[in-house]
Amino acid sequence: MSDAPPMIAYTRVDKTFGGGRIKAVDGVSLSVARGEFLAIVGGSGSGKTTLLRLANRLIDADAGSIAIEGADVRSTDPIVLRRRIGTVFQAGALFPHLTVAGNIGITPKLLGWPAAKIAARVDELLDLVRLDRAQHRGRFPHELSGGQRQRVGVARALAAKPSIVLMDEPFGALDPLTRDALGDDFRALHDRLGLTTMLITHDITEALLLADRIAVMRAGQLIAQGAAAELAHSTDPYVAELLQTPRRQAERLGELLPRDAGT
Amino acid sequence: MSIFSDPRWTEALANLPDYLGSHVRVSVAALGLGLAVSLPLAILARHRPVLRGALLGFAGIVQTIPGLALLALFYPLLLALAALSASTLGVSFSAFGFLPAVLALALYSMLPVLRNTITGLAGVDPALIEAAQGVGMTPRQTLTMVELPLAVPVIMAGIRTSAVWVIGTATLSTPIGQTSLGNYIFAGLQTQNWVLVLFGCAAAAVLALAVDQLLALIETGLRLRSRLRVALGGLGLAALVIATLAPSLASSKSTYVVGAKTFTEQYVLAALIAQQLDDRGLPATIRAGLGSSVIYDALKSGDIDAYVDYSGTLWANQFHHPGIAPRGQVLADLTTDLAKDGVTLLGELGFANAYALVMPRARAEALGVRSIADLVACAPQMTIAGDYEFFSRPEWANLRRTYGLSFKNERQMQPDFMYAAVASGEVDLIAGYTSDGLIAKYDLVVLDDPRQAIPPYDAVLLVSPKRAGDTKLRDALSPLVGRIDIAAMRAANLRAASGGGTGTPDVVARALWDSVKPR
Repeated sequence: MSDAPPMIAYTRVDKTFGGGRIKAVDGVSLSVARGEFLAIVGGSGSGKTTLLRLANRLIDADAGSIAIEGADVRSTDPIVLRRRIGTVFQAGALFPHLTVAGNIGITPKLLGWPAAKIAARVDELLDLVRLDRAQHRGRFPHELSGGQRQRVGVARALAAKPSIVLMDEPFGALDPLTRDALGDDFRALHDRLGLTTMLITHDITEALLLADRIAVMRAGQLIAQGAAAELAHSTDPYVAELLQTPRRQAERLGELLPRDAGT
Repeated sequence: MSIFSDPRWTEALANLPDYLGSHVRVSVAALGLGLAVSLPLAILARHRPVLRGALLGFAGIVQTIPGLALLALFYPLLLALAALSASTLGVSFSAFGFLPAVLALALYSMLPVLRNTITGLAGVDPALIEAAQGVGMTPRQTLTMVELPLAVPVIMAGIRTSAVWVIGTATLSTPIGQTSLGNYIFAGLQTQNWVLVLFGCAAAAVLALAVDQLLALIETGLRLRSRLRVALGGLGLAALVIATLAPSLASSKSTYVVGAKTFTEQYVLAALIAQQLDDRGLPATIRAGLGSSVIYDALKSGDIDAYVDYSGTLWANQFHHPGIAPRGQVLADLTTDLAKDGVTLLGELGFANAYALVMPRARAEALGVRSIADLVACAPQMTIAGDYEFFSRPEWANLRRTYGLSFKNERQMQPDFMYAAVASGEVDLIAGYTSDGLIAKYDLVVLDDPRQAIPPYDAVLLVSPKRAGDTKLRDALSPLVGRIDIAAMRAANLRAASGGGTGTPDVVARALWDSVKPR
């Protein structure tokens, strides 16, 4: 462990909605190291999406502090902050009136990049997310498949070369094969580009397979965090229950798909 | 004879560039103003429920005001404003025609634009707004780059509705002095020229449909993100505007404007005045179909240069003299009153067009009725019909008071339908006009007014303060003074009101002058 500050650090963060009646995030402290891939897992209403939205100030915390690269987000202009952080939204949330190139190039455009530089960056990103440049550049979102849309969503998040990427259930609406391929592709990008990634998911299997470390949220509280092996030793009954499903599936699949004895 | 060789078609077509051009001008200005006000207001109101409710409520109430009334209300309002601005700022503007029409129509156009803009913006997927914020857009960028483009189809639908409403309602701006396709409809209605009425309706409908379709082209273009469609629609609209503006810009500005109220005799007299001017090389145009209360103010402020009014009308309604007075007194009062306004009373034309109680000759004889005094006994069983203003005029109150009359029922009618209504027994008697040719046609009698409850209505020729020293105008019009007797006017009115190709105001006015001019 180095002494450098964590890329993202939550310190005793509280967030309530509905005039204080609903406690969405309750005393959460959590940090994400540079280059780390953290998955936040929890059921609906566990506060995991709220936690993510606090990081780029789509909402502000009631108490506690959040720091990005050591600087408190409250002292940063939210617009500048969001242009520095890449965000991948549920089901892509691409702008339907803009082409693929228009969607990918949006943040660079907001940053005032020259058109030629944006065009070159768009092509580079299409390569990166493995979409054919010529074929996809001029298409509109409704002309793409779900997987292609989310690839564009990833490219859009990476356009302004952020070092942090926030992902809000990005692969949730996709079929299992596409989801698997996209997950693997993104993990490879994360490693190659040295990103720091925070992924929100309700799917513990996805979290186990992709992330370096997993944080488990329940009723606004962070109840466990650690690498897969560390979680496996957790005594918390909810964590044990969460891990039961992938374990049972793994055993069952192992029985159903025995390795060839000869190899 | 084919319908297209009918001279009424030629006349209608000759006026088309002017009427259509004015119609498009006033509609485009109103729609532009309406959009410029409604769009920002809707954007401002979308996250403010109180303002939104107030705006939609206001626009909704405006919508319930009949178009004609809304247009009429703007005239006195602007007149007061113009007077205020002239006295405080020294800047005067015309409260007549274009300005009140544009303001009233702009108000009328607001509801669909407000409603659809608010609805359209509310309908944008919240996930996309969050995505816009997430990629780093400011609130303004979110609005212009995401929310507005996505709401455009709904907003355009509102603009289309608005455009159709405005173009349709603009036909009602004729009575406040704005030339429009309504001129066909009002003139046709007054002279029983149904070809003209249909022509006006059809022209307005075609214009509304054309604009609607061009806007639809832009709307689908925006929805399908087809630049070609948007460009075609935009070009079409631009072409339409240019085509309707070009002839009016190219045509030389005529120097004199002759006004006419909304009935047959006025159309004929305005045509007669215009012909007199034209014959002496003074170009003239006619602003016809002006409301009775609008026309005098229009003359006073110089928006029109000359028209014919009736002494009693001015004396009682414009200058608010109470009670009744003998003919000489009325004319004397009037000359002083008019002089105060700077209006020149050029002279009396030679006939009177007074209100008179009129009923079928046979019925009058059967009842033994010769004068209004004889009506007292049978009035409670009778229904009387009058034009739109008669029952609110002072002479009606005076008539009832003087003779102690009380009728079973009072009905308002389009003047040209009254005569047929009384002839057929639909109503028992009518408040007709002494110069109307239909009195003879339907064999009706004019009841005597022994106590002179109805003031005299000598036709008088008036000239605006602006033209007071214009000797050419005076020389051109003074031959008309004292030349037109009641018989000639009745014959002309009958011919003009019976329709047909020989009954256009122009043709009738020519024939009228031929029959009375000095030989």
